[in-house]
Amino acid sequence: MIFLQLFYEFFKTGLFAIGGGLATLPFLSQMAEKTGWMTQADIANMVAISESTPGPLGVNMATYVGYTTGGLTGIPFGNILGAVIATLGLIAPSIIIIIIIFKILQIFKDNKYVKAAFYGLRPASTGMIAAAGISVVEISLFHLGLLDSNGFAGIFNWPAIILAVVLYLLIKFLPKINKKLNFHPVVYLALSAVVGIILQFE
Amino acid sequence: MKELGYLFLLFARIGGLTFGGGYAMLPILQRELVERLNWVTEEELADYYAIGQCTPGIIAVNTATFIGTKRKGVIGGIVATLGVVFPSLVIISIIAAFLEGFADYPIVIHAFAGIRVCVCVLVLNAIISLWKKAVIDLPTLIIFLVVGIGSVFLNISAVLYVVAAGVAGIIIQLLKAKGGKKA
Repeated sequence: MIFLQLFYEFFKTGLFAIGGGLATLPFLSQMAEKTGWMTQADIANMVAISESTPGPLGVNMATYVGYTTGGLTGIPFGNILGAVIATLGLIAPSIIIIIIIFKILQIFKDNKYVKAAFYGLRPASTGMIAAAGISVVEISLFHLGLLDSNGFAGIFNWPAIILAVVLYLLIKFLPKINKKLNFHPVVYLALSAVVGIILQFE
Repeated sequence: MKELGYLFLLFARIGGLTFGGGYAMLPILQRELVERLNWVTEEELADYYAIGQCTPGIIAVNTATFIGTKRKGVIGGIVATLGVVFPSLVIISIIAAFLEGFADYPIVIHAFAGIRVCVCVLVLNAIISLWKKAVIDLPTLIIFLVVGIGSVFLNISAVLYVVAAGVAGIIIQLLKAKGGKKA
C-alpha cells in the first residue's frame, strides 16, 4: 500500500532529521534511491521551489513527493491524498515529541537547573539563528562566486544591499514617526517582491 | 472550538509568510505572538527555538506545536501544526499539478530575489530583539559568539551546541551562586 509507505518513509525523515529543513536533504536523497519516488534532480528542483514559495523545505518536499506518487495510483484525488499523508507523516514525530517535551517542561519549569540551562540555551539559540541569517545574507546581498573574475568590488550586489538598507531604515524609523506606520512584515515582503521584479533582481 | 479555528488560521497565515525555513518565521512570530497577541514572551520564543533546533523535525513545525500546546493543550498543538503546513500543502500541490518549471520563470526568480533581501532585514531585526533578551551578561555573550561563529564555520550538529550551551548555563549559574555566597 503506497500511502502507508509514504507515511512511513516521511515519518522516518521527520523523526531523524534534526535541525531544520536542510537537515532533511540527506534523508530525502536516501529515500529517492530506495523508493524511486523522485530523482536527485527533483530534489534539487524542490530546493529551488522552496526558495520561491513560502513554507519549510521539508514540508514542501513531502507534499510534492506525496502528490506525484499518490497521483500514479490512479485513485480519484490520489494525488491530494498522497500529499496530505506524506506531510502528516513528516510532522507526526514533531507533534508527539514536542508535546511530550512541553509537558515535561511544565512540570520542571521552575526548577533552578532547568532555568539555568535555558539561561545558556537562549544565547546559543540566538547564535544559531544569526548563523542561519548570515547564510541568507551571503546569497542575497553578495556574489561570492564572482570573487576571482571581477576582483573585490564585484562581490557586492549593490542594488540588493541598497534595498536592504532602505528596508532596514523604513522598518526602524517609520514606527517612530507614527505608531500607525508599524507595518506588518508582509508589507515589506510584498514591496521587496515588486522591487525585485522591476529591477530584475537575480 | 472558536479559538482552535483562530489558532489554525493564525498559523496558516504564519506558514504562508515564512519564506525560507524556520529562522525566517521568527520575525512573523515576534510580530504576531509577542507584539500583537502577547501569547509568549521573547524569552519563551528563544527557548522554543533552542528546543526546536535539537529535537527531531523541522523548526517551524516544532515551534508551531509548542505554541499551540501552550495555548490549548495537545489538540491546540496539533491544530497549530496543521495550520502551519497548510499553505505548503495547497501551494505545492498547485505547483505540482500545473506549474512545470515554476522556479524557472523570470518573474518568480526576480520576485524571490527581492523577497530574500527583505528576509535578511527582517531576520536581522528579529535577531536584535532576541539578542536583547538572551545576551544579558558576559557569559551569555561568549555562548552567543562561540555558537554563532561555530555554526558558520564548523559542520557540527546543532544538538551538540544546544546540549553544551545548556550544560554551560547550569555550570555558570552554579558558579555564580557559589561566588555569591562567598562574597
